[in-house]
Order: sequence, then structure tokens, then C-alpha cells
Amino acid sequence: MSVTIRRSEQPPWTVLSVGGELDVVGAPDMRQAVVTAVAEGSRLLALDLSELDFVDSFGLGAVVGALKRVRQRGGELALVCPSSRIRRVFEICDLDRILALHDSIDTLSELSAVVSDGAASTRRRP
Amino acid sequence: MSDVVEIEIPARADYVSLVRLVVAAAAELAPSLEPSRIDDLRVAVSEATTNAIQAHIRSGSTRPVKVCCRCSNGSVVVTVRDEGPGFDVDALPEMPPPESEARLGRESGMGISIMRALADQSSIDSSSEGTEVRLAFLVGR
Repeated sequence: MSVTIRRSEQPPWTVLSVGGELDVVGAPDMRQAVVTAVAEGSRLLALDLSELDFVDSFGLGAVVGALKRVRQRGGELALVCPSSRIRRVFEICDLDRILALHDSIDTLSELSAVVSDGAASTRRRP
Repeated sequence: MSDVVEIEIPARADYVSLVRLVVAAAAELAPSLEPSRIDDLRVAVSEATTNAIQAHIRSGSTRPVKVCCRCSNGSVVVTVRDEGPGFDVDALPEMPPPESEARLGRESGMGISIMRALADQSSIDSSSEGTEVRLAFLVGR
């Protein structure tokens, strides 16, 4: 099984739905999809990992790279990661401390994007 | 008494998923580990195997990477051996804190930490003749 990536728009978010295996083989494909989305102007990027079967450090590296790229453009990255199995790998590397991890794609609509002074951040609506 | 499965793979990244598949299937045949621990096993073995393959690619070795999975009632032990140039296990750079700017510049270097966190016991023996990673998953943990 390789990685599958599907792009959709849920304004203001661009969503990359990543399925399959995010490892040394799959990570470059996701990295390229992120580079393309950011180059095309997406500043609020969500990686939907709901259909992801496997992730290792190479997948984590691609996610860290995505976070770096969107922040360089004044944007923000959100992760939809309902699987405790996948989430555990992020937590081992303490990446849950710098990434917004959500249980469902539906919670993205509850987020408001605050863009000020060229910097974007995300927060839940009260 | 233990069941032993040994495989040799070409040093190519697209063989990593095969190793994950074989090791997980072997561990499931020996009814010892909980399913969640087999998930941990898949991740740890993926890290070790990918590192071994990359060591061979970097050194230009055309030799196979060797993986041995030994399953018993008490444990599943996987060893991954490469014939790469080796590295200084004690000189691995520390990962910057997650909140630091420097952390976002580090897209690699997490694999060994993940292996050590997931396996109940782990060891890395490395020399100029190659590296052997041993990952043990114990029943009941």
C-alpha cells in the first residue's frame, strides 16, 4: 500500500486528505502536495489523517516540514487525527505540543482564522 | 522454543513495507502481543529497516539488509542488520525543544527516539562493519 493524497477546499481551509502509509516512500508525495498548495496561496492548511494506516518518523518529518512552510507564509497547519495509534507517534516526539490535533474534520469549521499583522493563528470559537 | 522468520531484502526503500508486513504477520501468528503492541512493533521495525537501507544506499553497498524476527511465548525480538559504515550511537544530536524555531528545521532524526520509546528493550551495536538494531517487545507490557 502506498500513500494517497486528495485535495479539497473547505474555506478558509485547504484540506489534504492523506491515506495509506506515510513512510519513507509516501512522505515525499505528501511533502510535494504541501509545497504545491502553499505555492498556490493556501495559508490555512489541514492534513486529514483519518484514513492513514501507518506513520513513522519520515511521515512526521513531512508534517514538520508542512508546519514550517505554512508558518513561513504567515499561515497555520491543523491535523485531523482521530486514530490514537497514529496520534501516539506524534506524541512520542512531542509534536502534539506544537500541532493542533483534531478528532474530526468537522471541528475545522469550528475554528476561526485570525489573521493580523501578516500572521495567522487558529482558535476555537467560544 | 521460538519461531524464527528471517528475510533478506534489497536495500531499496520500497521494501520497507514488506518487512513491516512480514514481521507483523509473524508476531500475530505467535499469539503473544496485544494488537496495539504489534502496531508499535510495525513502527519500530520500519524505523530500523529504513535506517539500514539508507546506510547501504549512502555507502553504495549492494548487499542485502537482514531482518530476523524471533517469536516466543514471552517476547517478539527483531534484529535488523546492515553492512553500512556505522555511526557513533553516543554522538546523536539532541532534538531541539518542540516550541523552538530550530525544531521546525529538523525534519529527520526522530527515528531512533521512536524505536527506543516503543520497544520494551532496544540496543544498537554499530561499528565500521555495520549496525545491528535489536528491538524486544515483551508479553504483558
